[in-house]
Amino acid sequence: MPKYLLLKRYRGGPEPHHAFPPMDEWATEDVEAHIAFQRHVIELLEENGQYAGAEALTPARTWVRYGGPDAAPVTTDGPHPETSDLIAGWFMIDVESRERALELAAYVSSEPGPRGEPLYEWIDVREVMSEAPSDD
Amino acid sequence: MTDQPTQQLDEGALRGFGRDLIPRVLASLVRRGEDFDAAEDALQEALLEALRVWPEHPPRDPRAWLTTVATRRLVDARRSEAARQRREETEYAEPRPAATEEGDDTLFLFFCCCHPDLAPACQVALTLRAVGGLTTREIADAFYVPEATMAQRISRAKRALQGRRLDQPGDLAVVLRVLYLVYTAGHAGRVDLAGEAIRLARQLTLATEEPEARGLLALMLLNHARMPARLDPEGRIVTLDRQDRGLWDTREIAEGVRVLQSALAMQTEAWRPGRYQVEAAIAALHDDAASAEETDWPQILAWYDDLVALTEDPVRQDPAAVLGRAVAVGHVLGAAAGLRETDRLREVIGERHRWHAVRGHLHELEGDLPTAASAYAEAARRATNVAERDHLVRQAARTRAADLTGRRHGQRYPR
Repeated sequence: MPKYLLLKRYRGGPEPHHAFPPMDEWATEDVEAHIAFQRHVIELLEENGQYAGAEALTPARTWVRYGGPDAAPVTTDGPHPETSDLIAGWFMIDVESRERALELAAYVSSEPGPRGEPLYEWIDVREVMSEAPSDD
Repeated sequence: MTDQPTQQLDEGALRGFGRDLIPRVLASLVRRGEDFDAAEDALQEALLEALRVWPEHPPRDPRAWLTTVATRRLVDARRSEAARQRREETEYAEPRPAATEEGDDTLFLFFCCCHPDLAPACQVALTLRAVGGLTTREIADAFYVPEATMAQRISRAKRALQGRRLDQPGDLAVVLRVLYLVYTAGHAGRVDLAGEAIRLARQLTLATEEPEARGLLALMLLNHARMPARLDPEGRIVTLDRQDRGLWDTREIAEGVRVLQSALAMQTEAWRPGRYQVEAAIAALHDDAASAEETDWPQILAWYDDLVALTEDPVRQDPAAVLGRAVAVGHVLGAAAGLRETDRLREVIGERHRWHAVRGHLHELEGDLPTAASAYAEAARRATNVAERDHLVRQAARTRAADLTGRRHGQRYPR
């Protein structure tokens, strides 16, 4: 079965469906519903036997590159830290088909936001290359 | 990993017949000069043999039985190295001196596993494996790494000990730090590492008179007692001031207080209590309060004064203690005084989520809800743990909501 990465972003990606304020400005019950939904997604994937992993990333980012012989690594926060693409985390799923991966991604995107309305967040779906050569 | 089934069989069985026995046998083998790595392998084989033989023929003295069989395995292993054969045989023909006291052996094994040349992650893994008797799988699960990674970490650590002289007294401070690392890892993990750390600390207190070992055991017990109230049924963090104190483990608190008192009883003018005893005293004062309002903050502040006095430059050397003290200052002398204390830390830990979370708490305490909400939100952005991040987002949302409600009713809401 192929594995897919469902990536969530702090910023970047296509034009958002609609604008919404940062989560700490939501009503408390909306915050609770949103957090509960994330937990529910993991439980659902586990029950379905489709869960392969999930991680959240902190928003702080540092770019690093080799500094050359005998030099310290070179670091930067990036050219346009406010506009560049920033990954927030992912679900890794193991499913029978690409269609199933897209369905699950759409479900992840339906997570509740302010007033319980779906966020319609864009999810970046990426297939993971498999290790083993195929039979054909 | 072709030896997987065998390994699981012996590791799973360790529990059954005496986890306390294994470290003692291992210690006596290493103490008389065996290689740590080879000794552990030999002991694993002896345990497998025990699994086969003991059900029919239970030994009179399991420890002596394991030592003898492991020794035989070590001899066999060496016999295959023809060049060494003669020397080994004469060596093992000698009767072994009687084993030293059990306490010594446990302490000795702690010192091997917490050798100062090993990286902290290796010290932790080796201690759990060799002293705690946990399986590689369990240790891997506890630290969220693949089992192969943890197996590699453990075998590298064992190899690093090869050729080291292991007969010197070790560094007890390192052992205590390793056990505390194990304990704190237990707060987040799937495996009951906190319980394991307490078990190991208890063993350590039987092996040494050092009051700091008892201080550490007391600290663990007094904090562990509150674990049942720390998360609600939905897995949400509940802060100390909102916990249901009826869920606290009073038996554990009583034991923690007793252990702490026995450690503090040893202090003199020249020998002041160390940091674990001081932190345990603070934990005991929190445990002692029937409600958050009844917390004896002035006494807690006095202990924090002792804690920061343990280092010469606490702001740089022990910012966590200064931050804890700032909260106590806030409760005793007022939120503004507490906030002034945190100002001193801005340069050192102003980037860390905990600094912002404490600022949020103190702003909330003084009734400045919008600033508190911003501080909580900033803390959430910097959190490195999902449960804490979620908790801080909730704190931000809660204080913002309380502020809006308050303004709608034309009043401020100091908590």
